Amino acid sequence: MNDKKQLKVSAIKEGTVIDHIPAQNLFKVISILRLDKIHTQITFGTNLESKRLGSKAIIKISEIFFHDAEINKIALVAPDAKLNIIKDYEVVEKKVVEVPDEIVGIVKCFNPQCITNHEKITTRFTVVNKKEVSMKCHYCEKITDSEHMEII
Amino acid sequence: MHSMKNKSLVSITDFSKEEYLRILDLAGEFERKPGQPLLQGYIVATLFFEPSTRTRLSFESAVNRLGGKIIGFSDSANTSVSKGETLNDTIKIVSNYCDLIVMRHPLEGSARYASEVSGVPVINAGDGANQHPSQTLLDLYSIKKTQGRLDNLCIYLVGDLKYGRTVHSLIMAMSKFNTTFHFISPEELKIPNEYKIYLDSLGLKYFEHSDFTDIIDEADIVYMTRVQKERFSDPIEYEKTKNAYVLRADMLKKSKPNMRILHPLPRVNEIHTDVDPSEKAYYFTQALNGVYTRQAIITSILGLK
Repeated sequence: MNDKKQLKVSAIKEGTVIDHIPAQNLFKVISILRLDKIHTQITFGTNLESKRLGSKAIIKISEIFFHDAEINKIALVAPDAKLNIIKDYEVVEKKVVEVPDEIVGIVKCFNPQCITNHEKITTRFTVVNKKEVSMKCHYCEKITDSEHMEII
Repeated sequence: MHSMKNKSLVSITDFSKEEYLRILDLAGEFERKPGQPLLQGYIVATLFFEPSTRTRLSFESAVNRLGGKIIGFSDSANTSVSKGETLNDTIKIVSNYCDLIVMRHPLEGSARYASEVSGVPVINAGDGANQHPSQTLLDLYSIKKTQGRLDNLCIYLVGDLKYGRTVHSLIMAMSKFNTTFHFISPEELKIPNEYKIYLDSLGLKYFEHSDFTDIIDEADIVYMTRVQKERFSDPIEYEKTKNAYVLRADMLKKSKPNMRILHPLPRVNEIHTDVDPSEKAYYFTQALNGVYTRQAIITSILGLK
């Protein structure tokens, strides 16, 4: 009965676990959440086996809890991500991410003729399709889809 | 009612059907009485970062007819832009000097951005391949004037339907008036799918054609556009198609008496000069309507009408 699965990434006492990140997008998630600026302990594993994703990544961030608006930004690159909120080694809340209606300052407009690619301007998009993510640039009004999406 | 007062005109989708109609009524007023000195004491800046003849001159004519003063440039080569000044800085500085900015810029989205950093309203006179709303409003004015209405018309759009911004904006605007559209273009320049999806969502009828002979008999409006060589990836395709979308006088024989031909101009060869004498050739008057429409836009935005 004591056959608990061996953890590939060690447990945290307090904080947030982000699971089911597509392995190839781990570093995009890190940059969107600016985890490189965080000073608490962060552990992550990547290229882990996943039945759904093929290979997945997982991040465990100690002592940090995200606002929904902030965490939802990762839905662009990790639409199936699942969040576990940990308190005293126990999962106290589970969350899924949702693609936001507006994307500000994360994605580069794919239109080379867009003003945002020529001057220092914070990009802004309205999401027009949440399933196969595509978004309309607030400035040039062109659509950037997930295939052409580049994280700034 | 000053619903457009102090608002920028960047995209045709920024305003409601009622707001368009109000502009068209006002344009009619200016056509009846063009010289109204409403803009005395006002300064309008026309910033043309890329060349334009009709649009700049018709805006400047509109301002002059209204008694306003104009500052600006028609080529960015002799300005601080050539020294590397950002659009942000240029607009912030110029908006200190004037009451309204009219801007054309080669980059898409530049007008939206300018409207956000400017202290005065901005009228988009063309931002790359994106939007040119005053052209669309003068097209609507020309359609309403020649047909007596905007509702339930049958419009044939011919030529470059893929890249032509005037075509795209006109479709968006006319879709509010239960229009039936016919799209006539070579394969390489077909109307983008997003417009078909949009028309489907509104339940509007549209038809696509690749052949431009004997099909305009049902048209109320034939809107011609230029097929540009540089749009073709294969120069042989261009040579094959360049004469296939030319309107000639003999094609008008069975057209409806109320039918009128529009063109945003400049024309190259897509309307044969033998069409010009026809009473159905409306494109030169359409360009004149641009002055009245721009008088209406300027005075609405400045809250003078």
